[in-house]
Amino acid sequence: MAVRYQITLCDGPTCMHKRSKEIDAALERELASRGLSGKVDISLSGCLGMCAKGPIMIVNPGYTIYGGVSENDIPEIVEKHLVRKQPVSRLIIEEDHLYNRFFRVFGDVNFFGRQMRIALRNCGIIDPENLDDYLSVRGYEALAKVLSAMKPEDVIAEVKSSGLRGRGGAGFPTGLKWELTAREESEEKYVICNADEGDPGAFMDRSTIEGDPFSVLEGMIVGGYAVGAHKGIIYIRAEYPLAVKRLEKAIEASRNEGFLGTNILDSGFSFDIEIRLGAGAFVCGEETALIHSIEGHRGMPRPRPPYPSVQGLFDKPTLINNVETWANIPVIILDGAAWFSSIGTEKSKGTKVFAIAGKIKNTGLVEVPMGTTLRQIIFDIGGGIPNGKKFKAVQTGGPSGGCLPEAYLDTKIDYESLAQAGSIMGSGGMIVIDEDSCMVSIARFFLEFTQNESCGKCTPCREGTKRMLEILTRITEGKGAEGDIEKLERLGNMIKKASLCGLGQSAPNPVLSTIRHFRDEYEEHIKERKCRAHFCARLVRYEITDKCAGCAACRKVCPAGAISGIVKNRHEIDQAKCIKCGLCYKTCKFGAINKV
Amino acid sequence: MGNMIKIHINGKPYRVEPGQTIMQAADKLGFHIPRLCYHPKLSIEGACRVCIVEVEGMRNYVASCAYPVSDGMKVRTNTKELRQARRDIIELILDNHPLDCHTCDRDSNCELQRLASSMGIKKRHFEGERKQYDMDISSPSVIRDPNKCILCGRCVRICSEVQKVYNLGHAYRGFKTVVMPAYNMPMAESVCTACGQCINVCPTAAFVEKNVTQELFTKLNDPSVIKVAQVAPSVRAAIGEAFGLAPGAALEQEMTAALKRLGFDYVFDTQFSADLTIMEEASEFLERIQGKGRLPMITSCSSAWMKCLEQFYPDLIENVSTCKSPMSMMGAMVKTYFADRIKKDPAKILSVAVMCCTAKKYEAQRPELMVNGMNATDMVVTTREIAWMIKSAGIDLLHIKPERFDEPLGLSSGAGTIFGATGGVMEAAIRTAYELYTGETLLDIEVEDLRGLKGIKEGKVVMDNKEIRVAVAHGLGNACDLLDIVRKDPARYHFIEIMGCPGGCVGGGGQPYAGINSIPLDEDCLKKRAEALYNLDRNKTIRRSHENPDIQRIYKEFLGRPLSATAHKLLHTHYKAKGPRGITPQVAIGMKG
Amino acid sequence: METTKDIRAAELGEFMARCRTSPRPESHLIAILHKAQSLYGYLSNAVMDEVSEAMNIPAAHIWGVATFYHYFNLKPKGKHTIAVCLGTACYVKGAEEVLEAIKEELKIGMGETTQDGLFTLQEARCLGACGLAPVVMIDEKIYGGLTPKKAVDILKAYRKQR
Repeated sequence: MAVRYQITLCDGPTCMHKRSKEIDAALERELASRGLSGKVDISLSGCLGMCAKGPIMIVNPGYTIYGGVSENDIPEIVEKHLVRKQPVSRLIIEEDHLYNRFFRVFGDVNFFGRQMRIALRNCGIIDPENLDDYLSVRGYEALAKVLSAMKPEDVIAEVKSSGLRGRGGAGFPTGLKWELTAREESEEKYVICNADEGDPGAFMDRSTIEGDPFSVLEGMIVGGYAVGAHKGIIYIRAEYPLAVKRLEKAIEASRNEGFLGTNILDSGFSFDIEIRLGAGAFVCGEETALIHSIEGHRGMPRPRPPYPSVQGLFDKPTLINNVETWANIPVIILDGAAWFSSIGTEKSKGTKVFAIAGKIKNTGLVEVPMGTTLRQIIFDIGGGIPNGKKFKAVQTGGPSGGCLPEAYLDTKIDYESLAQAGSIMGSGGMIVIDEDSCMVSIARFFLEFTQNESCGKCTPCREGTKRMLEILTRITEGKGAEGDIEKLERLGNMIKKASLCGLGQSAPNPVLSTIRHFRDEYEEHIKERKCRAHFCARLVRYEITDKCAGCAACRKVCPAGAISGIVKNRHEIDQAKCIKCGLCYKTCKFGAINKV
Repeated sequence: MGNMIKIHINGKPYRVEPGQTIMQAADKLGFHIPRLCYHPKLSIEGACRVCIVEVEGMRNYVASCAYPVSDGMKVRTNTKELRQARRDIIELILDNHPLDCHTCDRDSNCELQRLASSMGIKKRHFEGERKQYDMDISSPSVIRDPNKCILCGRCVRICSEVQKVYNLGHAYRGFKTVVMPAYNMPMAESVCTACGQCINVCPTAAFVEKNVTQELFTKLNDPSVIKVAQVAPSVRAAIGEAFGLAPGAALEQEMTAALKRLGFDYVFDTQFSADLTIMEEASEFLERIQGKGRLPMITSCSSAWMKCLEQFYPDLIENVSTCKSPMSMMGAMVKTYFADRIKKDPAKILSVAVMCCTAKKYEAQRPELMVNGMNATDMVVTTREIAWMIKSAGIDLLHIKPERFDEPLGLSSGAGTIFGATGGVMEAAIRTAYELYTGETLLDIEVEDLRGLKGIKEGKVVMDNKEIRVAVAHGLGNACDLLDIVRKDPARYHFIEIMGCPGGCVGGGGQPYAGINSIPLDEDCLKKRAEALYNLDRNKTIRRSHENPDIQRIYKEFLGRPLSATAHKLLHTHYKAKGPRGITPQVAIGMKG
Repeated sequence: METTKDIRAAELGEFMARCRTSPRPESHLIAILHKAQSLYGYLSNAVMDEVSEAMNIPAAHIWGVATFYHYFNLKPKGKHTIAVCLGTACYVKGAEEVLEAIKEELKIGMGETTQDGLFTLQEARCLGACGLAPVVMIDEKIYGGLTPKKAVDILKAYRKQR
């Protein structure tokens, strides 16, 4: 009984009348008879306001509230709850939705107003290196419930009816995935947590693990029980040393306390978790590539089927979910599928974590119910665009996603709506773009990333993204040609449909979505050699206006000797010599140089 | 047949067997879906995406080589969109490929070229940066040109899955992916066994043999040297394919005539020295079963296998016969016995081997095989190279007047002929060993158990109540599996034949490329080549090596008897452990992914 | 020096021995390479050969894995990284000559590291310091207005610091 329990007995008038003192005495007697005196803190509290259900007893950690407790219940509470760590469910009077916990600590401050924290419920609340802290917020109760009262098929049914879908990007129904893995007959099965978060600017998984590694572990153990696996593997980026350290500690603490390892909570079920480090390859987020990486190979995807649920790690049935998906599981088990599925939209249930960044006031991590609009996230939660600039687009889904313009701001966040708009949910990156950004360059930036991360196995992705990048580079350098947009579309559509894995199939998204929504910017670059955001250096023309005082500062600073003029007279830029470095523009004290 | 399923292809219903891929089903129904990285003998890569098809209900195209058929599935193989997508995929490959077809070794025999032509690629849309790497010409056998590589991975798979040499792998990634040996080390320094199977399966010219045809043409024009050729059994069984004949035609005397027209003064038959090998090897085997030397004895004819042995199985070197390969025995006889007979300075003799093999180019350079300070074999050309030379010289192989091999090294028994097929050496050895041991002639000389393409074949012969257990493996992968058994259970076999290439020498790394409508290393093709050799054997009156009168004569006039001091000096050699050591292939992990 | 080498080899050997006791030893390859890199700073061919032999994994496979993942270094990096800006502004101001002088002084080419392990030479795209062109960045510090001689003097100063 390494957890030190604290028991609070309500000593308000009603409860006192209902023999709370006798209960206290009975508790002391029971503890003494088991040699546990002094190992449990017992306190009496003032009225807890739940008089109708008294006598009230609260057990922490876990904040379990028992009502109508009698002296006769005491041996059972001590035996089950304090010794075997399983709450006595028949006496629990209030099922407390886990997401509420956040408000108790932080209150209903503005930033959190539209948020609802399920996956992140404990982040910032518990000490992530302290198992007792986790237990105090009903940690491992879902596991206890599952092991003591649910058959594997019940667990799967619960997850299925919750409507939870994979949070890694594609949105495959989680319960179905579990069912498919459970259906396979094999002595050896695996449960994998995909923590190979690789999107530039996305840090949802890292924050989740660093803030609450236990929820992920608990989700995995529950998953292992449901599908009949005894071995779990967390595949995590080597670039996240703190997350790795916290996971290691959490695994060890959980193992020491019997939540992990052989015969978990005396249930006869055994499950252990091992950490495997990635080594810097974005494509390893793809499940078959991830499996190859764990097996010690190059992270190259393979064609599916067979799906990992049938033939996964070491060719054994394997269940893979990402960090956020796993973190949702304990909540679904404890608060119920019915409650969970009441959140969100028709086809997308629950919440989603986003990392908002870019041209936005409140950069950070938010968790919102599915169905929240982009506008609500960007303006209500994110605080809108800084410096009075105009909103131009929002990029969702990381390098695999697309850019949506203002007209789509009222799009509800769910898998289908985002896909319909030409983007994807992805793992939750969200980058806000203002009027100073060039959409062609944004597309180029993302494509450069995916092109660089292509594993090189299939032709469309390996060769095709390279050619698309070359065309985009050409356009941003003012060398675009008639027909380039059509070539991008032709290649992009082919790559989407013909590539081997999700990376290739989604790599053209940033390009295709910007062509779809910002085609005029592409055309300006090509036909008028103009970048309206003045972002593409090669397309900017610096011109000296009448405001020029003839101070010669620009002439002196120009590294190319492109500026000429007589002191106190208006200077001139020789466009043929200008290398567009922009130094003159930055140097001029009179605002006499314009970018056109 | 009861559980056939129904699928639609291009709108029409068909009943097909479940459990196969769309491509397999389509092939049987006469729909040829274009393909590149697929090979039936290798694992499914799904990488090139040329074989994509549309499946109703799927958002994206699927690779038909990897996707299984299912009941009610509706497949389209030839829509306008698919054709454009495939066309674009091939064009993307071409955009990163040298455009030097007319100077390329594989010109007019290149799968990429054929695909480009069948896709109707006329205009180029996406040209850009192209890869630029150095060619690796370090190996005497296999040239690696990464610029021509299209990353289908067939070479990587054959090297690891079929040959279990694990020399080639994908390195780096994305656009920068290159197929190379570990650390990008030169092929000559790598664990490459020079078997040349990468050349056989390569759809382009990323792997080719080290071509010495121009050098040979020059030497054939030099009147001061005596030009001597020897031809391996399997060359005659396959050379017709390079001239458009179907596999299975044996062009023995036509080939001999063509070589003479090319300028060779003497054309000898490696089958003669195969008979010689049998004399020595059978005698060595009999010594070993009488307690002189380690058992099981393993054959040593295959040069790729010899390098494999030295690198991966140094512990088994003592088990391997000390006999040189038939090629090197012939070379030794040419530079000694034959030079004596024609009373010429052996240094003036150019000894050329025409082989089905790329590893023989490597073998010819092994210093321990030199004879009196001279190379036994000066040059080795493959079936492909000699076919090209014959064409280039304007010789009509198919209508030429046949000629016989020259004396005294041209007459062979049927036993020497079947050396070219897997199991042949063992069969030939049994024919002679039986008689040498028992003093009786073996009548039932065709050992069916040892024929065919099963990876590891086993057989038994009873000689005077002594049961001799034999085994045969072809392809280095099968060999590794067999040797694994031997390591665990050394007493299981007495005699083992190992050939480095699938099918034995008929499937050698130097054989003609697969033509239109055929695939490299097709089993049917290998069987027909082998059958051509078996037919030659059947049609011979002399079918046992020791009955070959020229063999009897060479022992009488020159060698004395098998295993004599002269024989040991000229016909035997020794092997020693070699680096890089590589790993133990049969327990190594595969290179998937 | 020899002793630290032995200690490292022993530690790697122990790590691999532990991996070999697990049910699927070869699946630990990436962890082994992480370990080797943490011990040696980079993955040399010799170390990969050692792993190949100890784990019975083909060297070509290890090479394939080591070159696939960004995290693995195949060459030791020098103590200082010199990034020569080859952006347009620097180029027109003579970056090429500066680069040549540096190569000459260090006797190395682009992407290489000096024998003493002090410098690694790299090229940089525009460092955004066009006004100081031509510029060279050593570690985090920018040196501008360089001539071949000035660049060489700076390198000499770094050598002295040592």
